[in-house]
Amino acid sequence: MSDATPVRKAKGTVFVQPEVCKGCSYCIEFCPTDCLEFSREFNAKGYHFPVLGRPEDCTGCGLCGLYCPDFAIFGMRFKDIEAAKAASLASHPTR
Amino acid sequence: MTADPKGVLTGVHFLDGDHAACEGALAAGCRFVSGYPITPSTEVVERFAQRIPMVGGVFIQMEDELAASITMLGAVWGGKKVMTVTSGPGLSLMMEHLGLAYITEAPCVFIDVQRGGPSTGLPTLPAQADMMQVKWGSHGDYEIIALVPDSPQECFDLTIKAFNLAEQWRVPVFLMMDEVVGHMTERVVIPEASAIEITERRWTKKAPGEYRPFDACADGVPAMAKAGDGHRIHVTGLTHDERGWPALTPKSQDKLIRRLTNKIRDNADALADIREDQCEGADVIVVSYGITSRVASSAVLQARAQGLKVGHARLVVAWPFPTTRIAYLATQCRAMVVPELNLGQMVHEVSRAVAGKVPVRLVDHAGGTVHDPKVILDCILGAAR
Amino acid sequence: MSETTLNDDQDLSGLPLVDNPVMPYLRQERIPHIWCPGCGIGTTVNCFTRALEEAALDLDKVAIVSGIGCTGRVAGYLNLDSFHTTHGRAIPFATGLKLANPDLNVVVYSGDGDLFAIGGNHFMHAARRNMDLLVVCVNNFTYGMTGGQVAPTTPIGATQTTMPFGNFENPASLPFLADAAGATFVARWTVFHVRQLTRCFKEALGKKGFRFIEIMAPCPTLFLRRNRLGDGVDMVRQYKERSVLRNGADTKEVAVGMEGDIVVGTFVDRERPTWLEAMNSHFSSVLGDRYRTYGG
Ligand code: SF4
Ligand code: SF4
Repeated sequence: MSDATPVRKAKGTVFVQPEVCKGCSYCIEFCPTDCLEFSREFNAKGYHFPVLGRPEDCTGCGLCGLYCPDFAIFGMRFKDIEAAKAASLASHPTR
Repeated sequence: MTADPKGVLTGVHFLDGDHAACEGALAAGCRFVSGYPITPSTEVVERFAQRIPMVGGVFIQMEDELAASITMLGAVWGGKKVMTVTSGPGLSLMMEHLGLAYITEAPCVFIDVQRGGPSTGLPTLPAQADMMQVKWGSHGDYEIIALVPDSPQECFDLTIKAFNLAEQWRVPVFLMMDEVVGHMTERVVIPEASAIEITERRWTKKAPGEYRPFDACADGVPAMAKAGDGHRIHVTGLTHDERGWPALTPKSQDKLIRRLTNKIRDNADALADIREDQCEGADVIVVSYGITSRVASSAVLQARAQGLKVGHARLVVAWPFPTTRIAYLATQCRAMVVPELNLGQMVHEVSRAVAGKVPVRLVDHAGGTVHDPKVILDCILGAAR
Repeated sequence: MSETTLNDDQDLSGLPLVDNPVMPYLRQERIPHIWCPGCGIGTTVNCFTRALEEAALDLDKVAIVSGIGCTGRVAGYLNLDSFHTTHGRAIPFATGLKLANPDLNVVVYSGDGDLFAIGGNHFMHAARRNMDLLVVCVNNFTYGMTGGQVAPTTPIGATQTTMPFGNFENPASLPFLADAAGATFVARWTVFHVRQLTRCFKEALGKKGFRFIEIMAPCPTLFLRRNRLGDGVDMVRQYKERSVLRNGADTKEVAVGMEGDIVVGTFVDRERPTWLEAMNSHFSSVLGDRYRTYGG
């Protein structure tokens, strides 16, 4: 059986700022691979916020970040994350 | 610095007040006018439309006065010296953008060629009945500067002064003409460009990031930047802080609105421009402005011919009202006479300044023509008794 | 970004090494914004900023002008030269800004009430003149800032505080208006279509003339709740289900109601000289050497 089901591997991930989330569920609803779900806990404003329930399904496509009206989540491909980190360190040498 | 020769039509001309005001604007460096036709002001924009292609700039006739008065404000932040021109009904529509110009400290000039009102009133006939509207017509507390010419030459000279004051104080400045001054044709001398003093915009010298667009200099006026300079300015009609960001608290309201009003109130004495004629030692002083001054002069001369000591104080700057000087003159005479082409507007300011020291007599007129000098003379004679 | 799910993406100073791609385009000290949970305006801002990034424009030369209302607040959040003007008058303000400094890429970003009720006259004339502006209308069918009154876009039958028994006024079809008035580019998307909208913004930013993009966006607080239409996400799901892509559609046939198709796509894409181009070429031809060609 194992050879019929290839092991899925995440290609990206999400970054969430739980405190600014207003729980509208756009990110969860419109994620093409359905990998986000609501947290069980509440943030300070009383909203459930998204967590990566099935991290292996995340492709890092970034759609959640385009949808989020509160700029509380964004997704990225691992390779873009590495590039962004390098660029960030290069542009802020004092860090 | 002095005027850009491109806009200066040096020479001796025979012009009406509307055309002369347009030449004043061009000489002052105005390169953007957005207008909407309205009698009796239209000749100002007609001449500008004719002249500006050869000077270099833009005239656009907008779809209404609301548009004309805010298109002008957009052009301020694009870096131009700007003007709009109207008369009573259009002025009523412009009131909202007078407020926006004021709170955003946009240097700009409004020309109002006054006609009889209210409403459509007397489109082709004179009045001086917008004097209070320009000071109080937009909502909220504000201060403006208003200049009142009594001849085509002054329409030219005072339009330049209006632009210069707008740049110096970053306030909307009004040129308050009336139909008679607008349409009266007289000799107008336009000097060489090098003889015309121009106040340049006070551009910030600060670098992007350091500059705060509403951080006032010592005189209460902030330096400016325009869109595209890299400062990423934010300009809002909301009450704002030094960064230009909305700050909707009683404290920020108090700070901003007091600074804006004090720019003018604290400098009212320096801004005052009263042309006085034999006021010292007069028994009666006539206080007038605009076209009514010319009619009053005739009455004053007749009164003097009868042996009366009559002074004449003509307000060239109506707003801010020259309270200090009028209060002083009240201590020098026994009565004041205020003729105006309305049923009593600036007379209230005169009375406020005089504060009961001497009687103040209004010679009112509902508009449509100028006073009969005899009516003013009779009032002077009555006041002298 | 003080709390992220991956704490190894912050350096020792606590600053994020990887930031939300929208952030460089925002005045971050002004965030969080004032919009309600599930309000679609923030989503349109993501798409707009992504388009700015992809279009690789010199941001110092992009100016944004808003009127008054919920969408009117967009100008204040974007880290561009930005102008928050009076109700309905963003377009004439933008006209003055653009004409005074033609180097600027001027974007008007406002709501349906602002642009089409109080500001309708200006929209018509700026389109007629082909003023070189990109006008973005976030259409949520209502007046949000003042508490949910009927708008010129409110569909027949919808209840609003000033139409308490249901709206009986015919709403305006915005793309039809824009097309008839002479806009050179007319498109409609919804906040469901984030990728398409981003592409559309980018395309429109690169064009000249009076360009108009209508974006259907939910106002959960004042339109959806009052009409028992659920939450923002329910409306966006409706956009997904009801939208039909029809590029080049006849704008007479794209009106939107409470039910039925929501036609999306680029409806108009044509070229006409802008107001400034027309002025310069006309004056050059009639005035010859006497004309000083205007470039700002
Ligand atoms: S990045 Fe894409 S796949 Fe990953 S959570 Fe966001 S929407 Fe889903
Ligand atoms: S889209 Fe944004 S605000 Fe809405 S639930 Fe997701 S993270 Fe929260």
